[in-house]
Amino acid sequence: MTESTPRSRTLRIPALTRVEGETALHLRIHDGTVLETRLAIYEPPRFFEAFLRGRAHTEPPDLTSRICGICPVAYQMSACRAVEDACGVAVGGQLAALRRLLYCGEWIESQTLHIHLLHAPDFLGHDDVIGLSRAHRGHVERGLRLKQTGNAVVELLGGRAIHPVNVRLGGFHRTPTAAELRPLAVRLRGALDDAWDTVRWVGGFDFPDAECDADFLALAEAGTYAIESGVPTVIRYDEPFTRRTFPLRDFCDHVAEAQVPHSTALHSRLDGRRHLTGSLARWAVSGHLLSPTALEAAREAGLGDPPAPPGAGGTGRGSACRNPYRSILVRAVEVLYAVEEALRIIGAYEPPPHPYVEVPARAGTGHGATEAPRGLLYHRYALDDGGRVTDARLVPPTAQNQGAIEEDLRRIVQSGVDRGEESEAGLTRLCERAVRNHDPCISCSAHFLELDIERTPGSGGPAEG
Amino acid sequence: MTTPDAHPQPAARPRLGVFKFASCDGCQLTLLDCEDELLGIAAELEIAHFAEASSDAAPGPYDLVLVEGSISTPEHLDRIRRVRADSRHLVTIGACATAGGVQALRNHADVDEYLATVYARPDYIATLATSTPVSAHVPVDFELRGCPIDRGQLLEVITAFLAGRRPGIPNHSVCFACKRRGNVCVTVAHGTPCLGPVTHAGCGALCPTYGRGCYGCFGPAGTTNLPALVPLLHRDGMSEEDVGRFLHTFNTAAFAAVEEQGPGVTGAEGAE
Repeated sequence: MTESTPRSRTLRIPALTRVEGETALHLRIHDGTVLETRLAIYEPPRFFEAFLRGRAHTEPPDLTSRICGICPVAYQMSACRAVEDACGVAVGGQLAALRRLLYCGEWIESQTLHIHLLHAPDFLGHDDVIGLSRAHRGHVERGLRLKQTGNAVVELLGGRAIHPVNVRLGGFHRTPTAAELRPLAVRLRGALDDAWDTVRWVGGFDFPDAECDADFLALAEAGTYAIESGVPTVIRYDEPFTRRTFPLRDFCDHVAEAQVPHSTALHSRLDGRRHLTGSLARWAVSGHLLSPTALEAAREAGLGDPPAPPGAGGTGRGSACRNPYRSILVRAVEVLYAVEEALRIIGAYEPPPHPYVEVPARAGTGHGATEAPRGLLYHRYALDDGGRVTDARLVPPTAQNQGAIEEDLRRIVQSGVDRGEESEAGLTRLCERAVRNHDPCISCSAHFLELDIERTPGSGGPAEG
Repeated sequence: MTTPDAHPQPAARPRLGVFKFASCDGCQLTLLDCEDELLGIAAELEIAHFAEASSDAAPGPYDLVLVEGSISTPEHLDRIRRVRADSRHLVTIGACATAGGVQALRNHADVDEYLATVYARPDYIATLATSTPVSAHVPVDFELRGCPIDRGQLLEVITAFLAGRRPGIPNHSVCFACKRRGNVCVTVAHGTPCLGPVTHAGCGALCPTYGRGCYGCFGPAGTTNLPALVPLLHRDGMSEEDVGRFLHTFNTAAFAAVEEQGPGVTGAEGAE
């Protein structure tokens, strides 16, 4: 819907498609200048943080997985880590390796879903994967095959691909035998070629110029590409060679909701600045720790080398990727890495003596963060001495990314307008692409809900838009 | 042997619409997780409206509509009526659309207090005090259970629709599937609390297969004797409060209805 005067127009895109969850977009353009781009998430509130209170400490992994059908493993892993932290338990050895394997499965299926079914149609001019499959059937079939491999990993370890049942505090209800993992390894070996071909395919896409100026936030872990654990690490936009870390327990002191002036939007900010989590941030923070194969594929596909801090195992060269359109390329490289990593874990697997370690309840507060496919997902729980949850705080990646996505939108729409793009359809296409670049998970971020309210200058109060 | 008359052009494919209300998207995603069948489904059905998968949203009417999610905002009340008016067959998919979902935990709570807990500016949030199933608002032709739904059951619903027959979704409990799978009973053998005896089949008895008790994510089975199960849960170490939480999670409204009715047949099974 468009309202316009000769100099001003307001464009509302009522429903973004090919994203997880429901959101609308609101643009305000005055005299050829984009004044405002606002993601209006109308995903209904579901009150997880409220009804988690009073539940037993064993329950957050199953309950919070229901926040999102696309990244339930991420919720289960962040919830387990946070509750275990509160109870003073650390899970290591083969149980930790199996958790990483499960998470690799979710990375493979979720990133592949986004690449092939949701995002690639943008680059090749189709409305959806069905249209894409008519023109590029082989590529779509390869994507479905890869996704199925990721699902097979989650299904074997978790019981089912969506809302797995086998995860529990301290590990798993049942761990697989080495023989059960063998067919998975056969399948993953086949997926290596599919994953490499996907990187090549995506590398051939036409990437519009764009650069996001947000700070990057991702977990970092010594010696490995951080997925299921790590320390929050920041690379500021204006200081690309400096890495700062902070303890996870201080997460809420650094990443805080902020009220944006003249808007109902609540944005998370990192030390008061706009930040971005997800593939681009991970590539910048941990890219040098990817496998040689993944790095070779990245180079071949034109992504170059990730920034590698000298002395940290890196080459001392390389650079961050700040073009959000190219995030699909980083995702494809991450899929290749996750396939290799899954194979490595299966190759080194020895069934642990017990499927889980005991996590006895005690009073305390615990923090957990993991790298969901679309970015850093933080959980905090406070428990009483009976193990009942007294307070829960969940900070999903999309809520953190919202400010950076809106700024991306502003920049991308502005350059579209500067090129003379005026049509509603053209602007809508630009906006949808800009949002999809970040693989947003809107069901996850619904408790950062923002309504589509147009403020009349000077009126001071909100009015229904 | 072929003539144009003997093999006429196929009629227009039935039109599929997929709509979302309050939910996690997992049940819609189950459709995209039908990797082997997805392109086949697209050949049989015109995917006319599926916002998560396609930018091409065509207006109704639709021949088959899959509805995910519960009714939980004032806007949903209007929208579900419009969706129903546009649907020849309306099938709810998943615990949210069929039983109010996990967000129905608000139904017995103080929603204003919930709002204040989660939102800095609760006055900006439009929500209903309840999260209710689609069938509380419009007629539903079939209800597919599960949190999330089962891929095989979804394919059965779509196949049955295309064949013009009723979906063959059994109404029995998880115990049947567990026996068929050859599992040792976790309750009998290990004293693990399990909702399998009162939970609707569909998942393939996943939890007992992985050594844990069923947690009821498919909601109550067609005939259940919940009061008979409760002493067994107590025997296996659950307090009154534990049992309450066990039953009041992903299908809280549906199990609450069974508790009120006592033993017997649970609510309508859609078109069955």
